[in-house]
Amino acid sequence: MLFILNISLKNAFRHKIRTILTLLGLAVALLAFGLLQTVITAWYSKATSASTARLVTRNATSLIFDLPIYYKDQIRGIKGITEVAHAQWFGGIYKLPKNFFPQFAVSSNYLDVYSDFILTDEKKIAWINEKRGAIVGRQLANRFNFKEGDRIQLKGTIYPGNWEFIIKGVYEGSDDTKVTDRMFFHWDYLNSYILGIPKNNLAAPNNVGVFISTIDDSRNAARISDNIDTFFKNSVAPSYTETEQAFQLGFVAMSDQIIEAIRTVSYVIVLIILAVMANTMSMSVRERTRELATMKALGFKPSFLSTLIFSESLLIALIGGSIGMLLTPPSASAFQLVTDNIFPVFAVSQKTVMLQIICASSVGVLAAIAPAINVFKIKVVDGLKTVT
Amino acid sequence: MRGNSGANLDIDLVRINELRKSYFRGEQTVTVLKGINLKVQNGGFTALMGPSGSGKSTLLNLIAGIDKPDSGRLTVSGIDITSLSESDLAEWRSQNIGFIFQFYNLMPVLTAAQNVELPLLLLNFTSKARRSRARMVLEMVGLEDRLDHYPNELSGGQQQRVAIARAIVTDPTLIVADEPTGDLDRQSASDVLDLLQRLNLEVGKTIIMVTHDIHATRSAKDVIHLDKGELVENKPLAY
Repeated sequence: MLFILNISLKNAFRHKIRTILTLLGLAVALLAFGLLQTVITAWYSKATSASTARLVTRNATSLIFDLPIYYKDQIRGIKGITEVAHAQWFGGIYKLPKNFFPQFAVSSNYLDVYSDFILTDEKKIAWINEKRGAIVGRQLANRFNFKEGDRIQLKGTIYPGNWEFIIKGVYEGSDDTKVTDRMFFHWDYLNSYILGIPKNNLAAPNNVGVFISTIDDSRNAARISDNIDTFFKNSVAPSYTETEQAFQLGFVAMSDQIIEAIRTVSYVIVLIILAVMANTMSMSVRERTRELATMKALGFKPSFLSTLIFSESLLIALIGGSIGMLLTPPSASAFQLVTDNIFPVFAVSQKTVMLQIICASSVGVLAAIAPAINVFKIKVVDGLKTVT
Repeated sequence: MRGNSGANLDIDLVRINELRKSYFRGEQTVTVLKGINLKVQNGGFTALMGPSGSGKSTLLNLIAGIDKPDSGRLTVSGIDITSLSESDLAEWRSQNIGFIFQFYNLMPVLTAAQNVELPLLLLNFTSKARRSRARMVLEMVGLEDRLDHYPNELSGGQQQRVAIARAIVTDPTLIVADEPTGDLDRQSASDVLDLLQRLNLEVGKTIIMVTHDIHATRSAKDVIHLDKGELVENKPLAY
């Protein structure tokens, strides 16, 4: 076994420049594959970190239409509901449009529903007691260097004017997968503003975008959702209720084709490097026809020689792949910075690492198939006559 | 090392009856061997001579079991090797044949010692036993100070001596050498022939050698001439 590894390693680096270029290609391909897979993971991160034990109720016609605030008490009365919060999309601009981040006007019990956002009771109270108070997630705070006590101004797009907020706390995610790129402030602050302006189609008072409910058992989600929607079926604004995860997936689904394109490109990259690797192995084995014929003459069987070729190919693929895998996490961090934190969670997942290992191994094995078959075909007498 | 001496010397190691071999060149059939009958004694040193295309290398390949005849019978140590499957033939070669090639055919990525160890991988030796045996045969061929040298660090004569060491390390029944001095200068060729003669005379190894070199035949006990695929009697020694 050691002898096979030793000879495979020596054969692999027989043509140093060719092998180094192949390794470089493999490393770059696996790195690109890892980054694209991480983009896909990041794209779905909000949905995957969303809960199936929370329900989101919105207007059945479209998300752009609101629901009346008084639905809240009625939802709370439905069997299985344990807590109800509400939220309204704000859509303000912080300094420049490119600084986009999500802002929601929420009820004061919002964090009771979102237990995966961690804020101390002291800070929660401080936030609740400040009319213009806002809390920001750790990722958002890091992005703009927001600190407690900072006064920030947002320019309203849906709700015109310059809105000033005082940051009263920075909430943390319960784990690294939680997206904490949002800002929350008081719905009452927003509603009091709307009450003071002339009625218009964009901003009606005492309305909310969504109700978020916690339920007693996630297995009852479908039944409770049905009950909520049945309750409001003949009301002025029929509702549509689904789990938070399904709600978030609905957003991701809008960009499904882009995601599929990214996914396809990531696998095409692997296919390209497979072709390069197969060419390297074919050349390498063709140059060694006489040596392989000599080994056959000595009594080595084609199966043994094929094992040598497979191990050499796997060795190259795994060395190149490992370099690519090692470069992926720092490259992902750099990518996140360069893209100005478009993706709040951009970490290389275990699944991506596993896919990289599978791809590198597959490239190693597949690239060796044709040369290994040729080894079976080499006739000793013909092979010994080969001029190299 | 196993010797082929004493009573066994009377036994024919190789027996060939009506051996025929043809090749296809496009649609043309080229008959290379036309019914060869030959016996090689155990402990013999036979030189096969003949002009290019006479069929001597083909005959050597058939005896070594790396090619198959169209018809005829070929036994080595009583085993009809023409009836063996490819897999059995490979195993038989690993145990019974030592190869020496004109261009040495050493593995360039392996040291002299590792090249010599190579055939022992097939014979279930421990790595320690492989190393010790490789060292022993390299000492026999006078290369004890070149164990860790790669082929490109050795002269042609030294490389051929490594190849001879590789050929004898498994203690084979028969050594086949195809133009072993064809790529060497006169002095190196003479050293290699002396070594082969020593292996034949002192260890009793049976050797069949294809050569063009008339000097090489002086080391052999028997010289067989082939011409146009047939054995030729009383052929003058000049090609």
